[in-house]
Amino acid sequence: MIKSFTVLDLLDLDLKEHDALDLHCIGGRPGLTREIRVPDINRPGLALNGFFDNFGEDRIQVFGRGETAYLQELEEAGRTEVFAEYFQHQMPCVLFTHGLDPTPAFFAQAEESHTPVLKTDLPSSELSSRLMRALSNVFAAVETIHGVLVEVFGIGVLILGDSGVGKSETALELVERGHRLVADDAVEIRCIAGNILLGQGANRALGHHMEIRGLGIINITHLFGVGAIRENKQIQLVVCLEYWDSNKEYDRIGAEERTRDILGVKVPILEIPVKPGRNIPIIIETAARNERLKKMGYYSAREFNQSVLKWLESENARSRYVQNSHEEHHD
Amino acid sequence: MIERDVTVTNRAGIHARPAALIVQTAGKYQSQIMFTKDGEEINAKSIMGIITLGAAYQSVITIRAEGSDEQDAVDALATLFDKRFEEE
Repeated sequence: MIKSFTVLDLLDLDLKEHDALDLHCIGGRPGLTREIRVPDINRPGLALNGFFDNFGEDRIQVFGRGETAYLQELEEAGRTEVFAEYFQHQMPCVLFTHGLDPTPAFFAQAEESHTPVLKTDLPSSELSSRLMRALSNVFAAVETIHGVLVEVFGIGVLILGDSGVGKSETALELVERGHRLVADDAVEIRCIAGNILLGQGANRALGHHMEIRGLGIINITHLFGVGAIRENKQIQLVVCLEYWDSNKEYDRIGAEERTRDILGVKVPILEIPVKPGRNIPIIIETAARNERLKKMGYYSAREFNQSVLKWLESENARSRYVQNSHEEHHD
Repeated sequence: MIERDVTVTNRAGIHARPAALIVQTAGKYQSQIMFTKDGEEINAKSIMGIITLGAAYQSVITIRAEGSDEQDAVDALATLFDKRFEEE
């Protein structure tokens, strides 16, 4: 989680298309540095009625059509005293949906108390779900891992390994073969919804650059085009490259699945030994294909062993039959 | 060169897991190690080779090793068979 997330940071979130919050600040600007501590929203109906028990004052206050209509009624009836009490609470901000405007007295109170007033054209329900999504991403557990994240045949593959083992070179070859680079060197991983690991470049400003020994820093977007990159991707497979160690036992069958724990989520891991003559990109491509098969419920190694077992069983039966008939002959 | 006959005593026969054990053990030795069953000979360091032998329960395999550590290699492999590959 990041150290502090203010209302200004919320306005600065660069969210696109169906994630966009479409927020702008219309008042209370001095309060934009107020911190959002809770990834949640509050509909202030009860508070506007003067009931402040268990009031969610640390949450973003969402005013929809109902609340705004109620504000209007309060102002028309001259019952605006509650506004003063309402703004005594240090709420992060008040947010109007449906492109609605706050009523004048309410707005004046907000300005006076330095409570930011935000506005969006989205309807309340849509705003709430997008806001919750955005906030849960912001407040998600984050870990930065040294590695390369590529998308291979639609599978997010995180390549790990000691420096100099060839992670970037492997990724470069994968990009050359038509796959996509998500992040090189530092991958920022967020745990979303408790079981999804979303990876992206730790520093967005750096974009999709790579360091290749002997070449220096290269720009993948410019060299390979926009089709060769991706903003973020779910991590579905971890491939750990390591120097070939003749004393180490590598998986020869692949029937047992090994996993690695990242932010409490278990991801399948493969340890791939590297040595001259082993084409690692092709091995990773095959691993990604195999992972897709597994997702469809087909486990190559297990199915193979099942047929071997069946075959051995039939061999066994045959040899026993041959033996028995042999003995009968002799009897 | 050393030769020794061993019998497959685990019920399931030599499927993937035992084959992997054999290959891993054989791989630790410098000697050339071959398995023979019903006249078919394969390299004991090849996992697919071992599986395609089709060594079912009670089949007899001849282990043949040739090299500087042939005795140790044959002993180690024979022990695997004796222990039924830690299976039933």
